[in-house]
Amino acid sequence: MRRFLRPGHDPVRERLKRDLFQFNKTVEHGFPHQPSALGYSPSLRILAIGTRSGAIKLYGAPGVEFMGLHRENNAVTQIHLLPGQCQLVTLLDDNSLHLWSLKVKGGASELQEDESFTLRGPPGAAPSATQITVVLPHSSCELLYLGTESGNVFVVQLPAFRALDDRTISSDAVLQRLPEEARHRRVFEMVEALQEHPRDPNQILIGYSRGLVVIWDLQGSRVLYHFLSSQQLENIWWQRDGHLLISCHSDGSYCQWPVSSDAQQPEPLRSLVPYGPFPCKAITKILWLTTRQGLPFTIFQGGMPRASYGDRHCISVIHDGQQTAFDFTSRVIDFTVLTEADPAAAFDDPCALVVLAEEELVVIDLQTAGWPPVQLPYLASLHCSAITCSHHVSNIPLKLWERIIAAGSQQNAHFSTMEWPIDGGTSLTPAPPQRDLLLTGHEDGTVRFWDASGVCLRLLYKLSTVRVFLTDTDPNENLSAQGEDEWPPLRKVGSFDPYSDDPRLGIQKIFLCKYSGYLAVAGTAGQVLVLELNDEAAEQAVEQVEADLLQDQEGYRWKGHERLAARSGPVRFEPGFQPFVLVQCQPPAVVTSLALHSEWRLVAFGTSHGFGLFDHQQRRQVFVKCTLHPSDQLALEGPLSRVKSLKKSLRQSFRRMRRSRVSSRKRRPAGPSGEVQEGSAKTERPGLQNMELAPVQRKIEARSAEDSFTGFVRTLYFADTYLRDTKEIQLMHRAPVVGILVLDGHSVPLPEPLEVAHDLSKSPDMQGSHQLLVVSEEQFKVFTLPKVSAKLKLKLTALEGSRVRRVSVAHFGSRRAEDYGEHHLAVLTNLGDIQVVSLPLLKPQVRYSCIRREDVSGIASCVFTKYGQGFYLISPSEFERFSLSTKWLVEPRCLVDSAETKNHRPGNGAGPKKAPSRARNSGTQSDGEEKQPGLVMEHALLSDERVLKEIQSTLEGDRGSLNWHSRRAAMGCSLSNGGGGGSGLECSCRMCWEGMGGRALAPLPWIPQGPTHALMTWKAPCLGSVWAAGAPRPAQGDPELSLCVLQQSEWLSVQAAR
Amino acid sequence: IFLWCLLISSPPPPPPQFGAEFRRFSLDRHKPGKFEDFYKLVVHTHHISNSDVTIGYADVHGDLLPINNDDNFCKAVSSANPLLRVFIQKREEAERGSLGAGSLCRRRRALGALRDEGPRRRAHLDIGLPRDFRPVSSIIDVDLVPETHRRVRLHRHGCEKPLGFYIRDGTSVRVTPHGLEKVPGIFISRMVPGGLAESTGLLAVNDEVLEVNGIEVAGKTLDQVTDMMIANSHNLIVTVKPANQRNNVVRGGRALGSSGPPSDGTAGLVGPPAPRVLQNFHPDEAESDEDNDVVIEGTLEPARPPQAPGAPAGSLSRVNGAGLAQRLQRDLALDGGLQRLLSSLRADPRHSLALPPGGVEEHGPAVTL
Repeated sequence: MRRFLRPGHDPVRERLKRDLFQFNKTVEHGFPHQPSALGYSPSLRILAIGTRSGAIKLYGAPGVEFMGLHRENNAVTQIHLLPGQCQLVTLLDDNSLHLWSLKVKGGASELQEDESFTLRGPPGAAPSATQITVVLPHSSCELLYLGTESGNVFVVQLPAFRALDDRTISSDAVLQRLPEEARHRRVFEMVEALQEHPRDPNQILIGYSRGLVVIWDLQGSRVLYHFLSSQQLENIWWQRDGHLLISCHSDGSYCQWPVSSDAQQPEPLRSLVPYGPFPCKAITKILWLTTRQGLPFTIFQGGMPRASYGDRHCISVIHDGQQTAFDFTSRVIDFTVLTEADPAAAFDDPCALVVLAEEELVVIDLQTAGWPPVQLPYLASLHCSAITCSHHVSNIPLKLWERIIAAGSQQNAHFSTMEWPIDGGTSLTPAPPQRDLLLTGHEDGTVRFWDASGVCLRLLYKLSTVRVFLTDTDPNENLSAQGEDEWPPLRKVGSFDPYSDDPRLGIQKIFLCKYSGYLAVAGTAGQVLVLELNDEAAEQAVEQVEADLLQDQEGYRWKGHERLAARSGPVRFEPGFQPFVLVQCQPPAVVTSLALHSEWRLVAFGTSHGFGLFDHQQRRQVFVKCTLHPSDQLALEGPLSRVKSLKKSLRQSFRRMRRSRVSSRKRRPAGPSGEVQEGSAKTERPGLQNMELAPVQRKIEARSAEDSFTGFVRTLYFADTYLRDTKEIQLMHRAPVVGILVLDGHSVPLPEPLEVAHDLSKSPDMQGSHQLLVVSEEQFKVFTLPKVSAKLKLKLTALEGSRVRRVSVAHFGSRRAEDYGEHHLAVLTNLGDIQVVSLPLLKPQVRYSCIRREDVSGIASCVFTKYGQGFYLISPSEFERFSLSTKWLVEPRCLVDSAETKNHRPGNGAGPKKAPSRARNSGTQSDGEEKQPGLVMEHALLSDERVLKEIQSTLEGDRGSLNWHSRRAAMGCSLSNGGGGGSGLECSCRMCWEGMGGRALAPLPWIPQGPTHALMTWKAPCLGSVWAAGAPRPAQGDPELSLCVLQQSEWLSVQAAR
Repeated sequence: IFLWCLLISSPPPPPPQFGAEFRRFSLDRHKPGKFEDFYKLVVHTHHISNSDVTIGYADVHGDLLPINNDDNFCKAVSSANPLLRVFIQKREEAERGSLGAGSLCRRRRALGALRDEGPRRRAHLDIGLPRDFRPVSSIIDVDLVPETHRRVRLHRHGCEKPLGFYIRDGTSVRVTPHGLEKVPGIFISRMVPGGLAESTGLLAVNDEVLEVNGIEVAGKTLDQVTDMMIANSHNLIVTVKPANQRNNVVRGGRALGSSGPPSDGTAGLVGPPAPRVLQNFHPDEAESDEDNDVVIEGTLEPARPPQAPGAPAGSLSRVNGAGLAQRLQRDLALDGGLQRLLSSLRADPRHSLALPPGGVEEHGPAVTL
């Protein structure tokens, strides 16, 4: 009768829910999608990036981050941070200006928009008259000079954006004040450059696109100097002392002009084309920076020879006879150089070059010889190669963490040792309470390990699986290595490289065991690699094993890609994760599920044809099982039906692609080529309307067993539980199965392998009866074990019309009671909603809308953590982090103060260092709890006997500490079960091995009940059934390893006898 | 050792013509004997040798499991603790509530239902077994649903016809406090000829869909409603506002009175939570009919794992040896030197794929010992 009880309004539960659940989108990790503007404040030491969707993002010291979004969603074309102020002005492509400021609220700074303004010309004037091309914030911070397409310079007062019409510097006024000989030329086009005199706030420089440059006296309203160049002007730089101008031009040349009162001849001091003599592209921006040593830095963008290097995105740095053209893989948006911040200093003394490219941020150390790049603490290009999958591991043991960092640091040897130069603001975020790893798999066969503990997503280590295979391009071949005399002196920088050599290398599934350091990685061409962490480089052959998932099925021919050819001989591997076994699925279809059990040394993998279990210790295949359905096979035998369905799916995907393109174009504000896009959007609109007239229909039909049958294995799950004999569950609602979980006698999810051995989890309750939770796209069902009889269900689709896309069990801690927490399911549906469903009663708790339902890739990319947080891709290069938990919340909280940061420069490490002491100010009791296991678990890695003894000694030691009591008791219990000798880990392992060796394969006719080791696999969509299998482990010993396999349509249970 | 057996002839609910009788007798736990003898004994003890019965027992989980051969008879006796509850049922009744997993629990549930809706359920028993009848699609809850609406239950049980209709987006006009208002709605757009929906005659093109199995569809997208309908397809109940309002059921008396429920359609949807309004929806029926997942035992042929040899007795020590090697290796895993030694040995070309897997293991202990 339980099903008739509707979730009533229980006030106690409601209050508890408020203590447990809360939805926040906390921080965006990665590199902003489609950046369009760069700004930097030397006084605040804060970097600002604007995007084409109207977002602005501010970055200072690691952890100091702000984000703002313009209401208009138009592209940000310029960002100017007001000198010495916590304010910035943005210009959007709709010609509107916006003033933002960082205001301190409740101890932390917040970014908010104060004012917005659109420049209005006189009635009847052409729109171009007020189209802003250049913005110059005056050093007084009260005035903005706005250069326009008409050639006029308007003046606006801040902060209210009051237009001061009487101060406008019109092109006519300038013309009248020019000497005769300069006047005859049509010099007035748009304003290309506006600069304030570095020393004298009463002088500004105006550069017009036709080549005229004037220095204007603001008080006397007169032309102090004028310079005429024969070439179209692109930009101007005013040297720090104000005595020299450097102009750059559209023909790839730059000129130096002396500014001195006696020089009445407007002739350049020097003019040269750095990459001549052949025609060159324009130099669009130039910087001329003085140094204490005397020789200046010349840094400019563009200017490459048009014919041979016109397509490169280069920034050249010239200093002291050295010249390097930094070559970027994506378009350069803008760049800036970090220099001496004090305006009164005599020299610029540049320290770092900051380049914002379309797909990444690159910082180059200009103080170290060779100009090495600086490693970014944030703004990582997640999409260096497209992300194909992700995997999150919470609470990494310190030892593994350190080993990964050590492996990664050897890969980062080419980076500069310079401290991160952009260090404005102070992060108030407490130190992350635990170490979390986010692993991303990429199209080019790499796996990147990110530190996802805090606000900054930092790359720790990069693993490449390419070396295992023979590919067309030799990875050793260094394309950027060029001869000394090469001209232009190009040097590739940055990590963005979207071109994959071979799509088959793509990583599809990742599984890391944080205790043992074993990693399993599976890819597009059916390759499954098992890797082990090794601190030293090694040369070893990777053992290759083939898993024939078809098992001699007749009449089937694989028409997809071929398997990757693996290298046969020993291969040298860098320190880090080194592969030792390659299991190649045949046919080489995409691996769709992967599970690793490091305690049993087993790896399970599934494709659309079947699944297999491999013992990576003994290098032996335990078994394989084909999951192709007979009816499916019939279809496969006849090539026609297969081709048809392929065609259909192709057509659908094209349609989807087109649709997403249309919608993204609509969303995306027009860039520089805005008019063209607008035009195309207009032509599409009538088409869309027509589509709405034709009714969209959906057929209502019960699913039949055959129509959607595929054998594709979606989930594999290992569990140590009770199962009697082999069982198969066929879910009659025929929906694909997306998850499985076993709950112990206390309805707590079973711990991960080795978790109990490392004392990080209570050992599961093996006395009460276990429950099996099966989550299909449409329903949640609980079955009792070992009999596998249905107990409870929640029919999500029937009630809400939504389908489960992702499900994961998470622990939700209470924000009030430090030690209270509950395990529940975090669920993402196809509507982009996130729900929490309670365990074990399957009651929906809360629901939040998180992702737009149209954002298919965002929904597909979602990954949950074990503590109620999650990530999903909001663009190819950005993860949005969200939190469902009140307790585990990672969000930036920081302070930026203009007064403080001015003299902030020395001792900049002080800010972040302070944080940890502030980290946990509540709950001293919990501190004690955390610290004590800390000692043990920090060093606990598999196979460290010393540690195990340590664990045991702590167990036997004083039992006084209250918080430890329950855990310790549980542990003791498992030890006595194990038989007394040695540690718990050893015991259970021994039992496993014996079991594997001893037992026959045939199931016993009557199996007495007992705990069973089982592997559960999950097979996907279609007939929606599940199998469970397992052999028993009788209480009196003689255990047996068994295996349980769940398919989407069938649940297979298999004995994993060896 | 003897054990006590409590015999209850015919399990609850006791059919009136076959009241419960109890017998208690003992069996030798170690020599239970043959099933046939046991059957004869039972039949004889109860004096029912003239009728055909099935015998079952309650296992430790309270599940009713059958006793019909020597094997499960032995199993039943061995599981006695020390008492064994044995149930005897007339065969035809036993077929109705099939023996097997969870059947006892379900029966308990059925009991509850009996208490709630006693008269109707008992009527079933009186007229005969449900399998003799086929439920048909019908208009239900006429007394609850406003006259302008129609709640239709499409019963697919035992019917091979496709459900057969299509739905589309559209706009409907609602009466609100602010006057008429256009709101998006879901409509039936097409009937499949020969389908169940068409053959019932209860649904028609352009009928507006208001609820699916008691859940309002307002605010849901076409895809959501599609998913809901398909998820409920085994027992689909749709509430529609028929496009043709002339065939509405007219309720006697109340329909004309002004005190009756407003019939503009909006009011009917505001009431108590929708699922409770569904009077004629019996989840029990729906689930026991079609939604029961099938549990198949022992489907996997265990003799076939291709790589694992049949594990003859002799292999025991060998594999144990390998296990020992593994453990040894694990214990020494921190010792990088040994680890590398092991891995280099593993990479021995003789251990390449060409060798049968057994060969590798045989080498395992030799490496470490």
